[in-house]
Amino acid sequence: MPHRTNYYDDADLARFGEIARGAPDLAKKFFDYYGAVFAEGALTTREKSLIALAVAHALQCPYCIDAYSKDALEKGSNIDQMTEAVHVACAIRGGSSLVHGVQMLNHADSLGM
Amino acid sequence: MSRILATLEKRHALLAGGRAQRERLARVQLARTFEDALSSSGLLPLLATGVEILQINVGKRCNQTCRHCHVDAGPDRKEVMPRAVLEACLSFLERYRVPTLDITGGAPELHPDFREIVGRAADAGAHVIHRCNLTAILLPNYSDIPALLASRAVEIVASLPYFQARETDTQRGEGVFAESIEALHLLNSLGYGTGGDLRLNLVTNPVGTFLPGNQRELEAHWKHEMLRRYGVVFDNLYTITNMPISRFLDFLDERERTEEYLTRLANAYNPAAAAGVMCRNTLSVGYDGTLYDCDFNQMLDLPVESAVTRTIFDASMQQLAYRAIATGPHCFGCTAGAGSSCGGSVA
Repeated sequence: MPHRTNYYDDADLARFGEIARGAPDLAKKFFDYYGAVFAEGALTTREKSLIALAVAHALQCPYCIDAYSKDALEKGSNIDQMTEAVHVACAIRGGSSLVHGVQMLNHADSLGM
Repeated sequence: MSRILATLEKRHALLAGGRAQRERLARVQLARTFEDALSSSGLLPLLATGVEILQINVGKRCNQTCRHCHVDAGPDRKEVMPRAVLEACLSFLERYRVPTLDITGGAPELHPDFREIVGRAADAGAHVIHRCNLTAILLPNYSDIPALLASRAVEIVASLPYFQARETDTQRGEGVFAESIEALHLLNSLGYGTGGDLRLNLVTNPVGTFLPGNQRELEAHWKHEMLRRYGVVFDNLYTITNMPISRFLDFLDERERTEEYLTRLANAYNPAAAAGVMCRNTLSVGYDGTLYDCDFNQMLDLPVESAVTRTIFDASMQQLAYRAIATGPHCFGCTAGAGSSCGGSVA
Protein backbone atom coordinates (compact mmCIF):
# COMPACT_ATOMS: atom_id res chain seq x y z
CA MET A 1 0.00 0.00 0.00
CA PRO A 2 1.47 3.42 -0.95
CA HIS A 3 2.53 5.83 1.78
CA ARG A 4 -0.29 8.20 2.64
CA THR A 5 0.57 11.76 3.56
CA ASN A 6 -2.91 12.65 4.78
CA TYR A 7 -5.11 10.65 7.11
CA TYR A 8 -8.17 11.77 5.12
CA ASP A 9 -8.09 11.64 1.32
CA ASP A 10 -11.12 12.92 -0.60
CA ALA A 11 -10.63 10.18 -3.19
CA ASP A 12 -11.43 7.64 -0.48
CA LEU A 13 -15.07 8.72 -0.41
CA ALA A 14 -15.66 6.99 -3.74
CA ARG A 15 -14.20 3.82 -2.21
CA PHE A 16 -16.84 3.63 0.53
CA GLY A 17 -18.31 0.51 -1.07
CA GLU A 18 -15.05 -1.34 -0.47
CA ILE A 19 -16.09 -1.72 3.15
CA ALA A 20 -18.05 -4.73 1.87
CA ARG A 21 -14.76 -6.59 1.47
CA GLY A 22 -15.37 -7.79 5.02
CA ALA A 23 -18.79 -8.73 6.41
CA PRO A 24 -20.51 -8.15 3.04
CA ASP A 25 -23.94 -9.03 4.39
CA LEU A 26 -23.73 -6.25 6.94
CA ALA A 27 -22.52 -3.80 4.29
CA LYS A 28 -25.44 -4.68 2.05
CA LYS A 29 -27.89 -4.18 4.89
CA PHE A 30 -26.31 -0.84 5.73
CA PHE A 31 -26.31 0.49 2.17
CA ASP A 32 -29.86 -0.69 1.54
CA TYR A 33 -30.93 1.03 4.74
CA TYR A 34 -28.94 4.16 3.83
CA GLY A 35 -30.63 4.36 0.46
CA ALA A 36 -34.06 3.93 2.01
CA VAL A 37 -33.39 6.62 4.61
CA PHE A 38 -32.58 9.21 1.96
CA ALA A 39 -35.49 8.37 -0.33
CA GLU A 40 -38.36 10.85 -0.51
CA GLY A 41 -40.83 10.23 2.29
CA ALA A 42 -42.55 12.46 4.81
CA LEU A 43 -39.52 14.69 4.28
CA THR A 44 -38.30 15.71 0.83
CA THR A 45 -34.88 14.56 -0.32
CA ARG A 46 -33.78 18.20 -0.16
CA GLU A 47 -34.76 18.47 3.51
CA LYS A 48 -32.99 15.20 4.29
CA SER A 49 -29.88 16.43 2.54
CA LEU A 50 -29.84 19.57 4.69
CA ILE A 51 -30.22 17.47 7.85
CA ALA A 52 -27.33 15.28 6.68
CA LEU A 53 -25.24 18.38 6.04
CA ALA A 54 -25.90 19.64 9.56
CA VAL A 55 -25.10 16.26 11.11
CA ALA A 56 -21.93 16.06 9.01
CA HIS A 57 -20.77 19.30 10.59
CA ALA A 58 -21.74 18.21 14.08
CA LEU A 59 -19.68 15.05 13.56
CA GLN A 60 -17.04 16.96 11.59
CA CYS A 61 -16.78 14.14 9.09
CA PRO A 62 -14.84 15.44 6.06
CA TYR A 63 -16.30 12.82 3.74
CA CYS A 64 -19.86 13.66 4.76
CA ILE A 65 -19.22 17.41 4.47
CA ASP A 66 -17.88 16.92 0.92
CA ALA A 67 -20.74 14.64 -0.05
CA TYR A 68 -23.59 16.66 1.40
CA SER A 69 -22.32 20.08 0.39
CA LYS A 70 -22.53 18.87 -3.20
CA ASP A 71 -25.73 16.94 -2.60
CA ALA A 72 -27.48 19.91 -1.00
CA LEU A 73 -26.62 22.11 -4.00
CA GLU A 74 -27.83 19.43 -6.40
CA LYS A 75 -31.06 19.13 -4.46
CA GLY A 76 -31.64 22.85 -5.01
CA SER A 77 -30.57 24.35 -1.70
CA ASN A 78 -28.63 27.58 -1.63
CA ILE A 79 -25.78 28.92 0.48
CA ASP A 80 -28.13 30.71 2.90
CA GLN A 81 -30.08 27.53 3.59
CA MET A 82 -26.95 25.41 3.89
CA THR A 83 -25.32 27.92 6.24
CA GLU A 84 -28.45 28.00 8.40
CA ALA A 85 -28.28 24.19 8.59
CA VAL A 86 -24.68 24.41 9.79
CA HIS A 87 -25.75 27.01 12.38
CA VAL A 88 -28.36 24.56 13.62
CA ALA A 89 -25.60 22.00 14.15
CA CYS A 90 -23.48 24.66 15.85
CA ALA A 91 -26.34 25.75 18.12
CA ILE A 92 -27.12 22.20 19.17
CA ARG A 93 -23.47 21.42 19.81
CA GLY A 94 -23.00 24.62 21.82
CA GLY A 95 -26.34 24.27 23.53
CA SER A 96 -25.67 20.67 24.48
CA SER A 97 -22.52 21.77 26.27
CA LEU A 98 -24.20 24.66 27.97
CA VAL A 99 -27.30 22.77 29.06
CA HIS A 100 -25.00 20.34 30.89
CA GLY A 101 -24.21 23.34 33.06
CA VAL A 102 -27.43 22.47 34.83
CA GLN A 103 -25.78 19.19 35.86
CA MET A 104 -22.92 21.26 37.15
CA LEU A 105 -25.34 23.43 39.09
CA ASN A 106 -27.07 20.33 40.50
CA HIS A 107 -23.76 18.98 41.76
CA ALA A 108 -22.67 22.34 43.07
CA ASP A 109 -25.99 22.76 44.86
CA SER A 110 -25.78 19.29 46.39
CA LEU A 111 -22.19 19.77 47.50
CA GLY A 112 -22.55 23.30 48.79
CA MET A 113 -24.16 24.60 51.90
CA MET B 1 -19.61 40.73 -10.95
CA SER B 2 -19.87 42.14 -14.48
CA ARG B 3 -22.99 42.42 -16.59
CA ILE B 4 -21.31 41.65 -19.88
CA LEU B 5 -18.23 39.49 -20.45
CA ALA B 6 -16.27 39.18 -23.67
CA THR B 7 -17.11 35.98 -25.53
CA LEU B 8 -14.45 33.34 -26.12
CA GLU B 9 -14.42 34.40 -29.75
CA LYS B 10 -13.83 38.04 -28.84
CA ARG B 11 -10.99 36.97 -26.53
CA HIS B 12 -9.53 34.73 -29.26
CA ALA B 13 -9.60 31.96 -26.67
CA LEU B 14 -8.31 28.52 -27.58
CA LEU B 15 -11.70 26.95 -26.97
CA ALA B 16 -13.57 29.38 -29.23
CA GLY B 17 -13.62 26.80 -32.02
CA GLY B 18 -15.56 23.55 -32.12
CA ARG B 19 -12.62 21.42 -33.21
CA ALA B 20 -10.45 22.69 -30.33
CA GLN B 21 -13.24 21.81 -27.91
CA ARG B 22 -13.58 18.31 -29.31
CA GLU B 23 -9.83 17.81 -29.07
CA ARG B 24 -9.88 19.00 -25.47
CA LEU B 25 -12.70 16.60 -24.57
CA ALA B 26 -10.92 13.74 -26.33
CA ARG B 27 -7.93 14.19 -24.02
CA VAL B 28 -10.02 13.34 -20.95
CA GLN B 29 -9.33 9.74 -19.94
CA LEU B 30 -12.64 8.06 -19.15
CA ALA B 31 -13.21 4.46 -18.08
CA ARG B 32 -15.20 3.92 -21.29
CA THR B 33 -16.22 5.91 -24.31
CA PHE B 34 -19.76 7.16 -24.83
CA GLU B 35 -20.08 4.73 -27.70
CA ASP B 36 -19.06 1.85 -25.39
CA ALA B 37 -21.72 2.98 -22.94
CA LEU B 38 -24.33 3.04 -25.73
CA SER B 39 -23.22 -0.40 -26.86
CA SER B 40 -23.64 -1.78 -23.34
CA SER B 41 -27.24 -0.51 -23.45
CA GLY B 42 -27.93 -1.96 -26.90
CA LEU B 43 -28.24 1.55 -28.36
CA LEU B 44 -25.26 1.60 -30.74
CA PRO B 45 -25.58 3.02 -33.32
CA LEU B 46 -27.81 5.65 -31.78
CA LEU B 47 -30.58 6.12 -34.33
CA ALA B 48 -33.05 8.94 -34.77
CA THR B 49 -36.70 8.00 -34.47
CA GLY B 50 -38.03 10.71 -36.76
CA VAL B 51 -38.05 14.50 -36.93
CA GLU B 52 -40.70 15.78 -34.56
CA ILE B 53 -38.88 18.98 -33.65
CA LEU B 54 -37.05 21.32 -35.99
CA GLN B 55 -34.76 23.40 -33.82
CA ILE B 56 -33.32 26.42 -35.55
CA ASN B 57 -30.49 28.44 -34.08
CA VAL B 58 -31.17 31.86 -35.59
CA GLY B 59 -27.90 33.39 -34.47
CA LYS B 60 -25.40 33.94 -31.71
CA ARG B 61 -26.26 37.51 -30.82
CA CYS B 62 -27.42 37.90 -27.24
CA ASN B 63 -27.78 40.70 -24.71
CA GLN B 64 -26.35 38.43 -22.01
CA THR B 65 -23.04 36.58 -21.69
CA CYS B 66 -23.78 33.72 -19.30
CA ARG B 67 -20.72 31.99 -17.92
CA HIS B 68 -21.97 28.53 -18.86
CA CYS B 69 -23.22 29.34 -22.39
CA HIS B 70 -22.55 26.49 -24.81
CA VAL B 71 -23.15 28.80 -27.76
CA ASP B 72 -20.59 31.42 -26.67
CA ALA B 73 -23.32 33.92 -27.46
CA GLY B 74 -23.06 37.61 -26.65
CA PRO B 75 -23.46 41.16 -27.92
CA ASP B 76 -20.21 40.94 -29.85
CA ARG B 77 -21.29 37.98 -31.98
CA LYS B 78 -22.31 38.79 -35.55
CA GLU B 79 -23.76 35.46 -36.73
CA VAL B 80 -27.38 35.86 -37.82
CA MET B 81 -29.39 33.35 -39.86
CA PRO B 82 -29.70 34.83 -43.36
CA ARG B 83 -33.00 35.14 -45.18
CA ALA B 84 -32.30 32.25 -47.56
CA VAL B 85 -31.62 29.82 -44.70
CA LEU B 86 -34.71 30.99 -42.89
CA GLU B 87 -36.87 30.40 -45.96
CA ALA B 88 -35.40 26.90 -46.36
CA CYS B 89 -36.16 26.11 -42.70
CA LEU B 90 -39.77 27.27 -42.99
CA SER B 91 -40.15 25.42 -46.28
CA PHE B 92 -38.89 22.19 -44.62
CA LEU B 93 -41.28 22.73 -41.73
CA GLU B 94 -44.23 23.19 -44.05
CA ARG B 95 -43.32 20.49 -46.57
CA TYR B 96 -42.91 17.76 -43.99
CA ARG B 97 -45.46 19.09 -41.50
CA VAL B 98 -42.94 18.93 -38.68
CA PRO B 99 -45.05 19.26 -35.51
CA THR B 100 -42.79 21.64 -33.57
CA LEU B 101 -40.52 24.55 -34.39
CA ASP B 102 -38.06 25.28 -31.58
CA ILE B 103 -36.41 28.69 -31.96
CA THR B 104 -33.13 29.18 -30.14
CA GLY B 105 -30.02 31.34 -30.29
CA GLY B 106 -28.45 33.60 -28.87
CA ALA B 107 -31.49 35.60 -28.01
CA PRO B 108 -33.87 34.71 -30.86
CA GLU B 109 -35.80 37.98 -30.49
CA LEU B 110 -32.75 39.86 -31.75
CA HIS B 111 -33.13 38.26 -35.18
CA PRO B 112 -34.67 40.92 -37.45
CA ASP B 113 -37.22 38.43 -38.80
CA PHE B 114 -38.18 36.84 -35.49
CA ARG B 115 -41.75 38.10 -35.64
CA GLU B 116 -42.20 36.72 -39.14
CA ILE B 117 -40.73 33.33 -38.19
CA VAL B 118 -43.23 33.01 -35.35
CA GLY B 119 -46.15 34.07 -37.53
CA ARG B 120 -45.39 31.81 -40.47
CA ALA B 121 -44.62 28.77 -38.34
CA ALA B 122 -47.86 29.25 -36.41
CA ASP B 123 -49.78 29.73 -39.67
CA ALA B 124 -48.29 26.45 -40.87
CA GLY B 125 -49.85 24.76 -37.87
CA ALA B 126 -46.60 24.11 -36.02
CA HIS B 127 -46.33 24.30 -32.27
CA VAL B 128 -43.76 27.05 -31.71
CA ILE B 129 -41.29 27.06 -28.81
CA HIS B 130 -39.33 30.21 -28.04
CA ARG B 131 -36.19 29.84 -25.92
CA CYS B 132 -36.15 33.10 -24.05
CA ASN B 133 -33.49 34.65 -21.81
CA LEU B 134 -36.24 36.85 -20.25
CA THR B 135 -34.31 40.13 -20.43
CA ALA B 136 -34.34 40.56 -24.23
CA ILE B 137 -38.11 41.11 -24.24
CA LEU B 138 -37.56 44.15 -21.99
CA LEU B 139 -35.25 45.87 -24.48
CA PRO B 140 -36.76 49.06 -25.99
CA ASN B 141 -37.31 47.77 -29.52
CA TYR B 142 -38.77 44.45 -28.46
CA SER B 143 -41.63 45.41 -26.15
CA ASP B 144 -44.19 44.10 -28.67
CA ILE B 145 -42.76 40.59 -28.55
CA PRO B 146 -44.57 39.25 -25.44
CA ALA B 147 -48.01 40.14 -26.83
CA LEU B 148 -47.08 38.64 -30.20
CA LEU B 149 -46.02 35.40 -28.53
CA ALA B 150 -49.26 35.30 -26.57
CA SER B 151 -51.38 35.96 -29.67
CA ARG B 152 -49.83 32.92 -31.41
CA ALA B 153 -49.84 30.74 -28.25
CA VAL B 154 -46.08 30.32 -28.48
CA GLU B 155 -44.66 28.17 -25.70
CA ILE B 156 -41.98 30.04 -23.78
CA VAL B 157 -39.04 28.17 -22.31
CA ALA B 158 -37.21 30.70 -20.18
CA SER B 159 -33.80 30.40 -18.58
CA LEU B 160 -33.54 31.13 -14.88
CA PRO B 161 -30.73 29.33 -13.05
CA TYR B 162 -32.06 29.95 -9.55
CA PHE B 163 -34.84 31.67 -7.62
CA GLN B 164 -32.46 34.16 -6.01
CA ALA B 165 -30.43 37.06 -7.38
CA ARG B 166 -27.04 35.96 -6.06
CA GLU B 167 -26.92 32.65 -7.92
CA THR B 168 -28.62 33.88 -11.08
CA ASP B 169 -26.51 37.02 -11.40
CA THR B 170 -23.32 35.07 -10.75
CA GLN B 171 -24.07 33.02 -13.83
CA ARG B 172 -25.88 35.49 -16.07
CA GLY B 173 -24.59 38.93 -15.09
CA GLU B 174 -25.36 41.62 -12.55
CA GLY B 175 -28.97 42.74 -12.49
CA VAL B 176 -30.24 39.92 -14.70
CA PHE B 177 -32.31 38.34 -11.95
CA ALA B 178 -34.27 41.52 -11.16
CA GLU B 179 -35.02 42.04 -14.84
CA SER B 180 -35.99 38.38 -15.21
CA ILE B 181 -38.57 38.74 -12.44
CA GLU B 182 -39.90 41.88 -14.15
CA ALA B 183 -40.24 39.91 -17.40
CA LEU B 184 -41.97 37.03 -15.62
CA HIS B 185 -44.49 39.44 -14.09
CA LEU B 186 -45.14 40.78 -17.58
CA LEU B 187 -45.64 37.28 -18.99
CA ASN B 188 -47.90 36.31 -16.10
CA SER B 189 -50.00 39.42 -16.73
CA LEU B 190 -50.54 38.20 -20.31
CA GLY B 191 -51.76 34.86 -19.00
CA TYR B 192 -48.51 32.94 -19.37
CA GLY B 193 -47.85 30.27 -16.76
CA THR B 194 -51.30 30.43 -15.26
CA GLY B 195 -52.33 26.89 -16.22
CA GLY B 196 -54.01 27.70 -19.54
CA ASP B 197 -52.82 27.42 -23.13
CA LEU B 198 -50.00 29.93 -22.71
CA ARG B 199 -47.24 27.69 -21.46
CA LEU B 200 -44.38 29.21 -19.50
CA ASN B 201 -41.66 26.77 -18.53
CA LEU B 202 -38.54 27.70 -16.62
CA VAL B 203 -35.14 26.12 -17.14
CA THR B 204 -32.69 25.77 -14.28
CA ASN B 205 -29.13 24.64 -14.65
CA PRO B 206 -26.63 24.28 -11.81
CA VAL B 207 -24.65 27.39 -10.86
CA GLY B 208 -21.44 25.40 -10.60
CA THR B 209 -19.86 22.08 -11.43
CA PHE B 210 -22.50 19.88 -9.85
CA LEU B 211 -25.40 18.03 -11.47
CA PRO B 212 -29.05 19.05 -11.33
CA GLY B 213 -31.35 17.41 -8.80
CA ASN B 214 -34.67 15.63 -9.21
CA GLN B 215 -36.80 17.71 -11.58
CA ARG B 216 -40.14 16.89 -9.98
CA GLU B 217 -38.99 17.76 -6.46
CA LEU B 218 -37.21 20.91 -7.61
CA GLU B 219 -40.30 22.04 -9.50
CA ALA B 220 -42.42 21.80 -6.36
CA HIS B 221 -39.81 23.72 -4.37
CA TRP B 222 -39.45 26.38 -7.05
CA LYS B 223 -43.19 26.88 -7.48
CA HIS B 224 -43.50 27.49 -3.77
CA GLU B 225 -40.55 29.89 -3.62
CA MET B 226 -41.33 31.83 -6.81
CA LEU B 227 -44.89 32.44 -5.66
CA ARG B 228 -43.96 33.24 -2.05
CA ARG B 229 -41.07 35.54 -2.84
CA TYR B 230 -42.10 37.22 -6.10
CA GLY B 231 -45.71 36.32 -6.86
CA VAL B 232 -44.59 34.53 -10.05
CA VAL B 233 -46.31 31.44 -11.43
CA PHE B 234 -45.14 29.07 -14.16
CA ASP B 235 -46.08 25.68 -15.60
CA ASN B 236 -43.04 23.40 -15.53
CA LEU B 237 -39.48 23.51 -14.34
CA TYR B 238 -36.91 21.83 -16.56
CA THR B 239 -33.54 20.82 -15.16
CA ILE B 240 -30.65 20.95 -17.61
CA THR B 241 -27.12 19.71 -17.04
CA ASN B 242 -24.33 22.13 -17.84
CA MET B 243 -22.68 20.78 -20.97
CA PRO B 244 -18.87 20.66 -21.05
CA ILE B 245 -18.83 22.81 -24.17
CA SER B 246 -17.65 26.31 -25.00
CA ARG B 247 -17.76 28.73 -22.04
CA PHE B 248 -18.58 26.06 -19.46
CA LEU B 249 -15.70 23.94 -20.74
CA ASP B 250 -13.47 27.01 -20.49
CA PHE B 251 -14.73 27.52 -16.92
CA LEU B 252 -14.01 23.87 -16.06
CA ASP B 253 -10.49 24.17 -17.46
CA GLU B 254 -9.94 27.38 -15.52
CA ARG B 255 -10.95 25.57 -12.32
CA GLU B 256 -9.00 22.44 -13.35
CA ARG B 257 -12.16 20.39 -13.00
CA THR B 258 -12.72 19.18 -16.54
CA GLU B 259 -11.55 15.62 -15.85
CA GLU B 260 -13.54 15.43 -12.61
CA TYR B 261 -16.71 16.77 -14.25
CA LEU B 262 -16.53 14.50 -17.30
CA THR B 263 -15.84 11.50 -15.07
CA ARG B 264 -18.85 12.37 -12.96
CA LEU B 265 -21.07 12.61 -16.03
CA ALA B 266 -19.73 9.32 -17.39
CA ASN B 267 -20.15 7.53 -14.07
CA ALA B 268 -23.76 8.73 -13.91
CA TYR B 269 -24.59 7.24 -17.34
CA ASN B 270 -28.21 6.11 -17.34
CA PRO B 271 -29.37 3.81 -20.18
CA ALA B 272 -32.96 5.02 -19.79
CA ALA B 273 -31.79 8.60 -20.28
CA ALA B 274 -29.74 7.54 -23.31
CA ALA B 275 -32.80 5.95 -24.89
CA GLY B 276 -34.70 9.24 -24.53
CA VAL B 277 -32.12 11.79 -25.66
CA MET B 278 -33.60 14.68 -27.60
CA CYS B 279 -31.40 14.25 -30.67
CA ARG B 280 -33.44 11.17 -31.57
CA ASN B 281 -36.50 13.25 -32.52
CA THR B 282 -34.89 16.62 -33.23
CA LEU B 283 -33.13 18.11 -36.21
CA SER B 284 -30.95 21.12 -35.46
CA VAL B 285 -30.15 23.81 -38.01
CA GLY B 286 -27.21 26.19 -37.64
CA TYR B 287 -27.44 29.86 -38.57
CA ASP B 288 -25.70 29.09 -41.88
CA GLY B 289 -28.06 26.21 -42.74
CA THR B 290 -25.79 23.32 -41.73
CA LEU B 291 -27.66 20.39 -40.21
CA TYR B 292 -26.77 18.91 -36.83
CA ASP B 293 -28.20 16.29 -34.49
CA CYS B 294 -28.44 18.83 -31.65
CA ASP B 295 -27.45 22.35 -30.65
CA PHE B 296 -24.45 20.98 -28.73
CA ASN B 297 -23.04 19.17 -31.75
CA GLN B 298 -23.63 22.41 -33.62
CA MET B 299 -21.29 24.29 -31.32
CA LEU B 300 -18.70 21.52 -31.62
CA ASP B 301 -18.81 21.73 -35.45
CA LEU B 302 -20.04 18.14 -35.55
CA PRO B 303 -22.64 18.01 -38.36
CA VAL B 304 -25.00 15.16 -39.22
CA GLU B 305 -23.19 12.15 -40.62
CA SER B 306 -25.42 11.83 -43.67
CA ALA B 307 -23.36 11.62 -46.82
CA VAL B 308 -26.10 13.22 -48.87
CA THR B 309 -27.88 15.75 -46.74
CA ARG B 310 -25.66 18.27 -44.99
CA THR B 311 -27.64 21.51 -45.18
CA ILE B 312 -31.26 22.59 -44.90
CA PHE B 313 -31.15 23.46 -48.62
CA ASP B 314 -30.88 19.81 -49.64
CA ALA B 315 -32.55 18.33 -46.55
CA SER B 316 -34.46 15.16 -47.26
CA MET B 317 -36.71 13.72 -44.58
CA GLN B 318 -36.05 10.27 -45.99
CA GLN B 319 -32.34 10.75 -45.40
CA LEU B 320 -32.67 12.33 -41.99
CA ALA B 321 -35.56 10.73 -40.16
CA TYR B 322 -33.77 7.58 -39.06
CA ARG B 323 -30.17 8.74 -39.38
CA ALA B 324 -27.33 7.56 -37.15
CA ILE B 325 -26.48 10.29 -34.66
CA ALA B 326 -22.97 11.70 -34.29
CA THR B 327 -21.77 11.24 -30.71
CA GLY B 328 -18.80 12.07 -28.50
CA PRO B 329 -17.80 12.33 -24.86
CA HIS B 330 -19.91 15.48 -24.42
CA CYS B 331 -23.00 13.28 -24.90
CA PHE B 332 -22.52 11.98 -21.36
CA GLY B 333 -23.97 15.37 -20.37
CA CYS B 334 -27.38 14.34 -21.74
CA THR B 335 -27.36 10.83 -20.27
CA ALA B 336 -26.18 11.51 -16.71
CA GLY B 337 -28.65 10.70 -13.95
CA ALA B 338 -32.17 11.51 -15.02
CA GLY B 339 -30.82 12.85 -18.29
CA SER B 340 -30.97 16.32 -19.77
CA SER B 341 -32.60 17.84 -22.80
CA CYS B 342 -34.16 21.07 -24.01
CA GLY B 343 -37.29 19.76 -22.30
CA GLY B 344 -35.55 18.91 -19.04
CA SER B 345 -34.88 15.45 -17.64
CA VAL B 346 -35.81 12.49 -19.81
CA ALA B 347 -35.74 9.43 -17.52
